[in-house]
Amino acid sequence: MSELMSTPPIKVVVAKPGLDGHDRGAKVVARALRDAGMEVIYTGIFQTPESILRAVIQEDAAVLGLSSLSGAHMEYAIDLCRMLRENDREDVLFLVGGTIPEADAERLKEHGVDEVFGPGSRTGDIIAYIEQEVRAAAA
Amino acid sequence: MDDVKQEVLDAERVQRWREERLARDYERVPPRREQPATLSGIPIADVYTPADVEGIDPARDIGLPGEYPYARGPHASMYRGRPWTIRQVAGFGQAEDTNGRFKYLLAHGETGLSTDFDLPTLLGYDSDHEIYRREIGKIGVAVDTVVDMHALFDGIPLEDVSTSLTINAPAAVLLAMYRVVADERGIAGSRLTGTTQNDILKEYTAQNEFIFPPVPSVELVVDTMEYGAEVMPRFNPLNACGYHIRDAGSTAVQEVAFTIAAGLCYLEAARERGIDPDRLAPRVSFFWNVHNDFLEEVSKLRAARRLWARMMRERLRCSDPRSWLMRAHCQTSGVSLTAQQPINNVARTAIQALAAVFGGTQSLHTNSLDEAFAIPSEAAIKIAVRTQQIILHESGAADVVDPLGGSYYVESLTSRIEEEAAGLIARIDDMGGMIAAVESGYANQLIADSAWEQQVAFERNERITVGVNEFADDDNSTGGIELFQNDPGVAERQLARLADVKRSREERRVADALRALEAVAGDLHTNRMPLIEEAVRARATVGEICDVLRSVWGTYQPSTAF
Repeated sequence: MSELMSTPPIKVVVAKPGLDGHDRGAKVVARALRDAGMEVIYTGIFQTPESILRAVIQEDAAVLGLSSLSGAHMEYAIDLCRMLRENDREDVLFLVGGTIPEADAERLKEHGVDEVFGPGSRTGDIIAYIEQEVRAAAA
Repeated sequence: MDDVKQEVLDAERVQRWREERLARDYERVPPRREQPATLSGIPIADVYTPADVEGIDPARDIGLPGEYPYARGPHASMYRGRPWTIRQVAGFGQAEDTNGRFKYLLAHGETGLSTDFDLPTLLGYDSDHEIYRREIGKIGVAVDTVVDMHALFDGIPLEDVSTSLTINAPAAVLLAMYRVVADERGIAGSRLTGTTQNDILKEYTAQNEFIFPPVPSVELVVDTMEYGAEVMPRFNPLNACGYHIRDAGSTAVQEVAFTIAAGLCYLEAARERGIDPDRLAPRVSFFWNVHNDFLEEVSKLRAARRLWARMMRERLRCSDPRSWLMRAHCQTSGVSLTAQQPINNVARTAIQALAAVFGGTQSLHTNSLDEAFAIPSEAAIKIAVRTQQIILHESGAADVVDPLGGSYYVESLTSRIEEEAAGLIARIDDMGGMIAAVESGYANQLIADSAWEQQVAFERNERITVGVNEFADDDNSTGGIELFQNDPGVAERQLARLADVKRSREERRVADALRALEAVAGDLHTNRMPLIEEAVRARATVGEICDVLRSVWGTYQPSTAF
């Protein structure tokens, strides 16, 4: 019964902004989310905030995961916070991953990032967080 | 004592020991791990004995240091003579900022330089690029023109200090810049020592800082190797890299195989152009990762040296012994650093560094404890330098050559890694070589699969990361270490300097140089380096030179498979 009533999978855009090529984490997270039953669109590297926003809108994604290991996470993530707001997409669950110092993580949350997953995160925790937040938003 | 029977320590005897003696121990205390394996997944027996090295011929396979097949080291005296080079990579902000860091490191006992460039430079864009200007000087130093390169090495005696330039897709441009800086300072090319990283193939498989498609990119590497042999014969234009492949998630065997396959690919491309590999091979150097599994890493370095020597002698038919000999730089594993309890990284790095020394490295970078967050602070990088000095001067590890040679386990693992890597190289050959392994996505998939398996092992706690999935602090905090802060004024100053150079240079000379380069770029077998050097002398920018090559060769579009 529950399978017949099952909801469509959660749509997630995983994105790499700017020139940072470190994609090990992004690919591992993308694979874990897919294995957990989510529909994952990986943008690949070298994306601009504009191309990432476009992917989120086109795919009507519920979740955006931004991965940055190049020290430019503040600029790109803050731009995207603003652009999501301007395009009426502040309901998108916005997660940032990578080498993010704690102080920066706090500032990102002030700008509208929902959660930051740094080095050593478990994909299991990321999946649980997404499922809980998306369910809460739908309720 | 006389009645003690002399026994033969053969396989049968060892088997009896396992069944009778070892089994008794395990009855009392069961094995800690169900299927013990190295970090790379190679199964490990309980103990190694002469039976495990029966197929290894000491004369043929192990030999002596400084002699073929170099398992015990590329030099006879190793660190009893010259210690390895303490070479910490550094780069941030403008050239002056990094120059200051170089001098700080040299003052604290560093013996060689290594430069990290910022992302716009690595990807062949100028600092005034509309979008990418926000990445100026963030994870490396911004270099737009040879004027920046002069400032980078100001006051540093290039004839005495070897310098590594961590640059790949635009390596030809930066190599020409280094040579032009020396030339304009009156230093002969023959006195320059150092390396450009310049291993573009591992960019497609691991680090993702590529610009052009693989085929012309490999030809550009050949250009630099030929140019190096002519104008700066003591400089290593190619530094074949396993480091990034490993940090992207590969196993030790994959690291060795893809790196050696890349080295072969460049030399075979050169041979296609009629260049004798013996002319270039003596100046090919290597760059390895040293990860957490101490003995696997020692064995890996010994295996890589032996495999390269055999490949060069038997496959490429090189006759100059200098072509057989693998000289290498090592760096401790960046991906092994934890953000949690970061001081623990000092211990991790020390063990990894010791593996590099027991493995016989020629040059070593030790990561700083804060690099899971940012580029290192001065205080953190000083500890990293001191770690190497403690190994060199206090541990005794440097006082004997290849002290682990002859260990049943290390010799057995050395052979196993060599055999498996040779097997993977044979598969790469079957699919048409390293370029084909890149274009088909085969190499990337293998690395991504290994990365995935490691993550699964971490999440199931089959692999313990101290301070993260075991022995973690309740608050999971980062311990309040003081991180390096980027200077927010860098971008503006760099943009001003670039504008200044563009205003003062002779535009006509720049345009002529770029046009000349464009005219020959499409002929893959014509060496482009003299034309790139002329463009550099004319103060053309990295972006302008790369744009010419982009316009002729196009850019590489990577797969987004995961």
